[in-house]
Amino acid sequence: MATARLRLSEPLAITAAAVLFLGVFPFLHAQGVISTFTLGVWGKYLCYALLAISVDLLWGYTGLLSLGQALFFTLGGYMHGMYLMRMIGDLGQYKKPIPDFLVFLGWERLPAFWEPFASFPFAVAMVFAVPGVVAFLFGYLAFRSRIKGVYFSILTQALTYAASIMFFRNNLLLGGNNGFTDFKFILGHRLADPATARALYAASALALLLAFLFCRWLSRTKFGLVQQAIRDGENRVLFSGYATAHFKLFIFVVAAWIAAIGGALYTPQVGIINPSEMQADKSLEAVVWVAVGGRGTLLGPIVGAIGINALKSWATRAYPDLWLIILGTLFILVVLFLPGGIVSLPARLKALWQRFRSPRLPDPAPPAAAESASAKP
Amino acid sequence: MKKLTSLLGAGALALGASLASARAAETVKVGVLHSLSGTMAISETSLRDVLLFTFDEINAKGGVLGKKIEPVVVDGASNWPLFAEKAKQLLEQDKVAVTFGCWTSVSRKSVLPVFEKNNGLLFYPVQYEGEEESQNVCYTAEAVNQQATPAVDYYLKEGKKKFYLLGSDYVYPQTTNLVLLEYLLSKGVPLANIGGGFRKDGSGKIISAGKYTPFGHTDYQQIVAEIKQFAASGDACVISTLNGDTNVPFFKEYAASGLTAETCPVVSFSISEDEFRGLPADKLVGQLGCWTYFQSINSPANKKFVADFQAWLKKSTVPGIVKEGRVTCSPMVLSYVGVYLWKAAVEKAGSFDVDQVRAAWKSGLSFEGPGGKVTTQKNMHLTKNVYIGETKADGQFKILSSFNGVYGEPWLKGKFK
Repeated sequence: MATARLRLSEPLAITAAAVLFLGVFPFLHAQGVISTFTLGVWGKYLCYALLAISVDLLWGYTGLLSLGQALFFTLGGYMHGMYLMRMIGDLGQYKKPIPDFLVFLGWERLPAFWEPFASFPFAVAMVFAVPGVVAFLFGYLAFRSRIKGVYFSILTQALTYAASIMFFRNNLLLGGNNGFTDFKFILGHRLADPATARALYAASALALLLAFLFCRWLSRTKFGLVQQAIRDGENRVLFSGYATAHFKLFIFVVAAWIAAIGGALYTPQVGIINPSEMQADKSLEAVVWVAVGGRGTLLGPIVGAIGINALKSWATRAYPDLWLIILGTLFILVVLFLPGGIVSLPARLKALWQRFRSPRLPDPAPPAAAESASAKP
Repeated sequence: MKKLTSLLGAGALALGASLASARAAETVKVGVLHSLSGTMAISETSLRDVLLFTFDEINAKGGVLGKKIEPVVVDGASNWPLFAEKAKQLLEQDKVAVTFGCWTSVSRKSVLPVFEKNNGLLFYPVQYEGEEESQNVCYTAEAVNQQATPAVDYYLKEGKKKFYLLGSDYVYPQTTNLVLLEYLLSKGVPLANIGGGFRKDGSGKIISAGKYTPFGHTDYQQIVAEIKQFAASGDACVISTLNGDTNVPFFKEYAASGLTAETCPVVSFSISEDEFRGLPADKLVGQLGCWTYFQSINSPANKKFVADFQAWLKKSTVPGIVKEGRVTCSPMVLSYVGVYLWKAAVEKAGSFDVDQVRAAWKSGLSFEGPGGKVTTQKNMHLTKNVYIGETKADGQFKILSSFNGVYGEPWLKGKFK
């Protein structure tokens, strides 16, 4: 009976959250109740949530711990950033028609590969194409060679590290260490306008909702079941006649796309994209969000990404000297006492409550969230 | 959960706002935006410390326009998007009158649009590449002509004829070396005597001069061998814009190869007294530094500043502050000087309003700081003294030469013909 009630209440909860994030918050911002600063910060959290979902799709649902997911996020950010750089026009520091950093490096004409990025549709296509191709090539090589477990994790970490070194080089003509900043327009709208900030926030919320619904749908299809079976016992799936490498490759590319969408929406909202976003620690952070929120659930990564980043925003202002200790303590507590993450807390409390009410009964069944989260990687 | 977080956030904000308005009457809020964690923390925490010291010093003497300075310290965490977020928070939520902060160029580039959009005021204290003149930034930092070109002048006077350019691959070294290339050519140094290599565009124009290594590079064997060959004639020197911990393997390799400060001196623009907490000073003895301040400056103003800062550190209750073995350096003094110049500008304007403070800055204010007299300029930069110093084994510098009242010029490319 409890499950029946849960099944009914879940679509309701999703609808309520969607109305709140997509309708109520932007409305309150338009009315001046929520400041542009707060809305912008929340837009950033939602982009991080997209990154976290992409990590969870691989780690929680397929058993592939990717430690390089921030690479795809940043690549998406760069592709959109190139469009935003073109839109600055001649309003940069040097008042030249090419991006400032190129003037800086002594260029007088735009390099050929920068030309098509003046087109928004082209940039959007690249947001998918570039991370997609990188993920496909890397995934193809890795999965075909049956690279698994910790070796796969190390390789993804090496991939993002190598990419960050490449992007730090000024010779790549993508801004080097400084990356892209000082964006001014998007699709003809000034980025400094509150209305533009609201639209970008709404786009992030919508993207997150669609990604959430897509993953929710996917995890219930036959494909999703095979995907989870790969997580729980890949050899068995393989011997049952499924080409697991193809399944993994597909999900790896899809996860890269979700991360890339997050990155593309992130760039105009924070106003900078640079190679430090693809350094090794950023991908690890995303894994921490998922672990704290609740791996193997779809709500967990969202709660983890938003919760930890909101805490970080608050603590770097309220306790600038101690915030790392606060965050570290939280991580340790969650790992020790809530292995299923924050989202398993209600079920845990409920179990405790039931035990408290009827102490003579044997242990209640393990909570649903912890069940899927405790699966072996 | 999401609702709860947002409710909590809103509650905290409302509480903060009501507290702020109650205290606004007798204080003025001032932002401090540095990295207190992450890779830049080792350098930037010192600037936070000296800023808090300066605020206490000013508050003890009655504050600014009768108001006590209330610092709002935030942690940029060596994370550039977070810098932009924190800048927004300081300007839009805390409504600070002024912000002191940033170290790396990328952090400044990240917050610049935020300060321009909100018409805020940022005081930036660390040597940088120039090529920028925002009306919302007071650059107390050394411009390239307050570090690099005086160092070349010193070398030329010492009879050096060959110059090897070496740096980390980012904007500051790239720009500095392009300016130096033009400057050296204008002084009659032939292209063949400038080492490190050039990169040219299709038309043959040089778009990059010098040798570059990535951040965290450790293998300097080949580069040092190249320098050794370059310096065989005995009249060569190295101009280094290497940043951070890459200096350790570079100077170890340099010493191991037999090169010394006598045979081929190295002048570094990113190594100050404070960096020797992480660098082996004994490997750098005799090598040169060039800044607008050294702790060894023998003046009453400087001695008082150093002593007062040390005394303040002893009493400080800031969590985690390092109290032992602290030194002072140029970025710290330029932070200190910046606060006093802001105070002078506010007092001249009779207001905390950014436009009026900027106008007062542009009118040319002077302050006798630990590094000598500094004067504000119309182009938002500072006129100050430049010193060349020689590294000693204790990580201090012996001053060899000085240039008084050097005008800060951010636009140098194409200036020397």
